[in-house]
Amino acid sequence: MREAQVTGAAALTPRRIAWTRRRRALATHWATYRRNRQGMVGLVVLALFLLIAVLGPVVVPASALDPSAAEGVPLSAPSVGYPLGTDNFGRSVLALLVSGARISLLVGFAATIGAMLIGATVGVASGYFGGTRIDTVLNALTNWFLVVPWLVLAIALATILGASLLNVIVVIAVTSWASTARLVRAQALTVRERTYVERARALGAGHAHVIVTHVLPNVFPVLFANTVLTVALSILSETTLSILGLGDTTAVSWGRIIEQAFSAGALTAGYWWWLIPPGLAIVAVTLSFTMCGYALDEVLNPKLRER
Amino acid sequence: MGARRYVVRKALHAVATLFFVLTFNFFLFRVMPGDPIALLARSERLSPDDIARQQAEFGLDRPLLDQYIFSVRQTLTGSLGLSLTTAKPVTQTIASRLWPTVLLVGVGTVLSVVVGVFVGTKGGWRRGSAFDTSTLYGSLVLYSMPEGWLGMLLLIVFAGTLGWFPAGGFESGGLVGFDRAIDIANHLVLPCLTLALGYVGSYSIVMRSSLLEVMNEDFVQTARAKGVPDRLVLRRHAGPNAFLPTFTLIFLSFGFVLGGAIIVETVFSYPGIGLLTYEAINSRDYPVIQGVFLVSSAAVIVFNLFADLAYGYLDPRVRDA
Repeated sequence: MREAQVTGAAALTPRRIAWTRRRRALATHWATYRRNRQGMVGLVVLALFLLIAVLGPVVVPASALDPSAAEGVPLSAPSVGYPLGTDNFGRSVLALLVSGARISLLVGFAATIGAMLIGATVGVASGYFGGTRIDTVLNALTNWFLVVPWLVLAIALATILGASLLNVIVVIAVTSWASTARLVRAQALTVRERTYVERARALGAGHAHVIVTHVLPNVFPVLFANTVLTVALSILSETTLSILGLGDTTAVSWGRIIEQAFSAGALTAGYWWWLIPPGLAIVAVTLSFTMCGYALDEVLNPKLRER
Repeated sequence: MGARRYVVRKALHAVATLFFVLTFNFFLFRVMPGDPIALLARSERLSPDDIARQQAEFGLDRPLLDQYIFSVRQTLTGSLGLSLTTAKPVTQTIASRLWPTVLLVGVGTVLSVVVGVFVGTKGGWRRGSAFDTSTLYGSLVLYSMPEGWLGMLLLIVFAGTLGWFPAGGFESGGLVGFDRAIDIANHLVLPCLTLALGYVGSYSIVMRSSLLEVMNEDFVQTARAKGVPDRLVLRRHAGPNAFLPTFTLIFLSFGFVLGGAIIVETVFSYPGIGLLTYEAINSRDYPVIQGVFLVSSAAVIVFNLFADLAYGYLDPRVRDA
């Protein structure tokens, strides 16, 4: 409908028109999103944590994280000098928490990007070639990853790969792409049947052209909301793996802080200042991602509002 | 009509999935850093005899394809190799840890389903009420909590500060009969509560949204139009239909609950499969980890098959699809 107004100007190429349309769609979507209170609260909280993650190294010098250079009295309760107390090395828990934001968000985002790349590729290929042998194989693979208990699979992979930050990211990505692939496949299947795709094919468009110009733009809204929700799950997954001792021992993520407190007997000795803050940070961030994801889903996929 | 074909198809699918797990398990074991023989030799608990037995058991001196066929045959006859730390058969080790986990996962699932369905139904039926909004936010917060951390909080408060429940373990020991049952139940409360809280949110959200969907269906309108009281509309017409998706979710989320059990058992030192897994991770006891992976995958696949069959029975429409 809106294209009609734009095509009035003679100099516009189809690509220009498409971009104008996308810019306008973006503006409308943003206006809708802003009306969603949950989504906005989530966004503000996330922006805050992102700022902490980016500014982390400026605020907290590396020496504050070095166990041998710690200056505080080990395991002291919160005080003026140490607002969240100290850990068993005498490091400030607040400093650990600030630098943990960087690691936890990094793992969350990186693992999600990995999962989305695998999920979108498998989903688009499976859906676009729906009904063929490619689809059968990819769909079986997707279903297998959906069925197998993720944590047990993650543990098996992580013990074999060894504990490093990259491996943790790989393990989470490999174990969490399947639901995305299924979602994308369903969307790609419906796009494939639309008249304009048929028309493009009749005009001689190849698979690559149809996938890039027709399937991907239609899959994107579903994928985007799903991405945001997956970051939340990835951060939770990293926490779980860390608590089980499968995280990178040199990178202080929020999960790793919890694990260290747990191993040091924080439960029986009552070092609550060491255990509770990292958990609260995780809850705040995952909850925000989840709220943003739901809000995005409502904006981008009004027809799919199932949850 | 298509009932038998439906059952056969689903069963074949389950067998194929299980076979893929076996294959995956085999190759995972092969890509491990260091070959299996070197790994066995590193273990101090295994005598040269044990190692020779293990080698023969896995046919490690033969070509890869032979090894594969051999390993599948071994697995199917119930042999999963020896633990690197105790030198006992993995099958036996897992079996000895099975019951605490079955108890924990079983009671936890029942608890979270009952509460989740109740909360979801009540919230969905009175959409937008104070109860609905508060439970919806509550579900979201619970969903965002790392389960292990939630368990630690409960442990600090209810076992530490208040001292109402024991801090961990399966039982105190030395008790018999009814006293022992009470003691076991007492130890079960906190781990079970942690597990249930972690999953109650997803059940209530699914129940709520499927009830909202069903409420717009014609048969609910018809029931209302012919004057069926509100309470009965929910209990006889809307409720049972809305329960269907939740019913499948119970079986489908079994794999996740099992994952939750690993972390909960670790936090509460609850001696089930989960704690066994944690111990195996720390001692890098690969055969045990492989065994747990195999057994839990098999359990999940069986549960999924059961969910499919039950769903086909409850909702004849899916049989023909």
